[in-house]
Amino acid sequence: MSQFVRFTIDGTECMAAKGQYIVEAAKENGVYIPTLCNFPGVKPKGGCRICTIRVNGRLMTACTTPVAEDMSIENEVKDIRELRKSIVELLMVEGNHFCPACEKSGQCELQALAYRFQIMAPRFPYQFPVRKIDASHPKIMKDQNRCIQCKRCIRAIKDEKGRNIFAYRKRSSSVEVVVDVKLGKQLTDELAQKAMDVCPVGSILVKEKGFVIPIGERKYDNMPIGSDIENMQVSKI
Amino acid sequence: MKAAVKKTIEKYGSDKYRLMDVLIEIQQENGYISKEAIAQIAEEYGMSEVDVEQTVSFYHFLSQKPTGKYSIYLNNSAVANMMGRADVAATFQKELGIKFGDVTPDGRAGLFETSCIGMNDQEPAAIINNHIFTRLTPFRVKEICRDIKEGKEVSEMFVQDWGDGENRSDLVHSVVSNNIRKIGPVLERTFKVGQAIEKITKMKPEEVIDEVKKSNMRGRGGAGFPTGLKWEFCRNAAGEKKYIFCNADEGEPGTFKDRVILTERPRLLFEGMVIAGYAVGATEGIVYVRYEYKYLEKHLEDILQKAREVNYLGKNILGKEGFDFDIRIQFGAGAYVCGEESALIESAEGKRGEPRDRPPFPVEKGYHDMPTVVNNVETLCSVVKVILNGGDWYKSLGTHESTGTKLLSISGDCKFPGVYEVVWGFSVNDILDMVGANKEDVMAVQVGGPSGAIITTNEFNRILGYEDLATGGSLIIIGKQRDILNDIVLNFMDFFISESCGSCSTCRIVPTLMRNKLNKILNARGVRQDLDDLHEWGKILKASRCGLGQTAGNPILSSLKNFPDLYEEKIQKNKTFDSGFDLNIAVKESAKATGRIPNV
Repeated sequence: MSQFVRFTIDGTECMAAKGQYIVEAAKENGVYIPTLCNFPGVKPKGGCRICTIRVNGRLMTACTTPVAEDMSIENEVKDIRELRKSIVELLMVEGNHFCPACEKSGQCELQALAYRFQIMAPRFPYQFPVRKIDASHPKIMKDQNRCIQCKRCIRAIKDEKGRNIFAYRKRSSSVEVVVDVKLGKQLTDELAQKAMDVCPVGSILVKEKGFVIPIGERKYDNMPIGSDIENMQVSKI
Repeated sequence: MKAAVKKTIEKYGSDKYRLMDVLIEIQQENGYISKEAIAQIAEEYGMSEVDVEQTVSFYHFLSQKPTGKYSIYLNNSAVANMMGRADVAATFQKELGIKFGDVTPDGRAGLFETSCIGMNDQEPAAIINNHIFTRLTPFRVKEICRDIKEGKEVSEMFVQDWGDGENRSDLVHSVVSNNIRKIGPVLERTFKVGQAIEKITKMKPEEVIDEVKKSNMRGRGGAGFPTGLKWEFCRNAAGEKKYIFCNADEGEPGTFKDRVILTERPRLLFEGMVIAGYAVGATEGIVYVRYEYKYLEKHLEDILQKAREVNYLGKNILGKEGFDFDIRIQFGAGAYVCGEESALIESAEGKRGEPRDRPPFPVEKGYHDMPTVVNNVETLCSVVKVILNGGDWYKSLGTHESTGTKLLSISGDCKFPGVYEVVWGFSVNDILDMVGANKEDVMAVQVGGPSGAIITTNEFNRILGYEDLATGGSLIIIGKQRDILNDIVLNFMDFFISESCGSCSTCRIVPTLMRNKLNKILNARGVRQDLDDLHEWGKILKASRCGLGQTAGNPILSSLKNFPDLYEEKIQKNKTFDSGFDLNIAVKESAKATGRIPNV
């Protein structure tokens, strides 16, 4: 039997299984903590920093920190909200994100978060980087303009031998997620689809599959990101 | 080629966690790591090529393009610039006929920039095929370039005398100077090798930890975590194997004390590792040395070998049943972030040096997911003295919060740059007197390197110690003739930008935006809003994963706080908005392509 711990989020008493990541524990208590690089079932890597919370006075990432007894977590407070909004804006200006022309519009988590944070225009200057589109693989396209370097595909997509199909190249602001030349060619339909689904933005697209779900019927078109968790019925302690 | 790569892989036990060693060796053999080599390594290790490549492309000294028969890496730290790097750099470019980042058409020489190489007290300095060249002048550069054209061996290019101490020894032969200016309990020469090991064989591991705890020693890398406590955590952590890491990846520009220890007191360091191993129950020690200090490799290996011969390392050390410990050296390949302990472990496992998320901390899950202690070079050296002289003795030195001594790496505008071992508690003023800096001429002191703080004359009475001015030991003295924003702050920002691992969004993006904004201000296009923006943007960095990211805005934030006038005098007073947009620059490319002159 798993042990339970008590903790608070913004003063509200919560309960969850010990050792659970805070982002999951919060979810079970009906509290949405925005995430971007996190993906269910994939080992977390606090990369995007958007799930930053304050635990007992220290900034931590909710996707990588296990919940513990008596934790006092700050989530919906002004400076953290500002920080998260800033991160969405930073990612927007770092790449080239033109939502109206993007196949992932309406299913894009970055776009959905921008709506959630009511971003009209980023306060940071656009960087307009010159980036490439890699369409050399038979099944997928990798559009570097839209990549937010979240590493979801790197962590989630492996071939049958457990080898990485996606990986980082270079470092600092030159870092990019690239596809293995050989393994990219052997990608199965199933893995290609999984790669597209795992990508929070429109950087990985299965060729000729961009508009299977029509615009207007997409995931976030009618249901803002996080609202499913926030509207969840939680049995209070 | 294929056989050579295979041999190298086998030399390191066909263990993919030793990828760094394999890559470094191939890089040294061939001057670069070819596509074929990457494919072969991937094949042998059962990895994808892109996975091997992600490690290769992370490190500054690993290259996927040929770097020339002579690979010249000229340091670009702020102090190098202060000491006349510009002329040296220009001479290299002129003599070789290439720009930085290029290789001569005949493949003979490659010229590259590199971050601080730990020679701040003897700049300008460069690394050529792992040999260090210090105190370069345009004249000296001409000689070097002539020798390169004649095809001389790098080891025969030296015309200066060798440096002092072990730098003269056959296994080192470098022109590097130790510049040890002040000796204290850590650096003193009377140390007898093996005494402390002898002593601990009669102690219980817990007693060793208690002695270190009693000393109140805190880690010397900068973060200042209590050493005894770290050891105790590791000892109590569950794990079938435990590791001791020595962090010899000092990459903070302005720091070079560990280089001097590695040169002159490596026996002391290794003894400290043996003690740490005994205390926490580890059997393997790894010294992670920055690539820049590769020239010390033979020297260090030789000392390790001699220690094994007298059973200070190996099995049943000094006859004590079950006291097994050995040390190996792991080189990095050029990445400042690997000085962060979890990034260092990742790197030692053959991966990109990206910091891990904590918890878990390395003391619970470190190298190979086993409990691991990572200690600074100086910490491990100090531990030996604690064991020999007792924790109470150590505590009697320094201040209440900061016990013992600290090695300072001092460089910049002073008469006697070098390494000083002082007890904690000196003021910056005392230090300036000690190093022969004329206080009338000093404008600022950079304490703790770029990630630290730049302080003004009215703070020179502050005390060095964890309770006031904490420092990993780097002090750069900045004279009045310097332009702080252009010479120091901009240089430091560029440093952080190029050294970010790039995996967390804040550290990957914000420093570039802040640097661009600083450039806007320096180009006389700044307005008050820009200063406010810099303040606000700097706060975002606090959410970064590691210390590098969290402090990457410090050069700007700290100078903005302590030298506000420098910014104020550069912003436009009559404007509240300036986009910084320059139409001439914006249309430059298209104007060039169409042969038009922009009519603005």
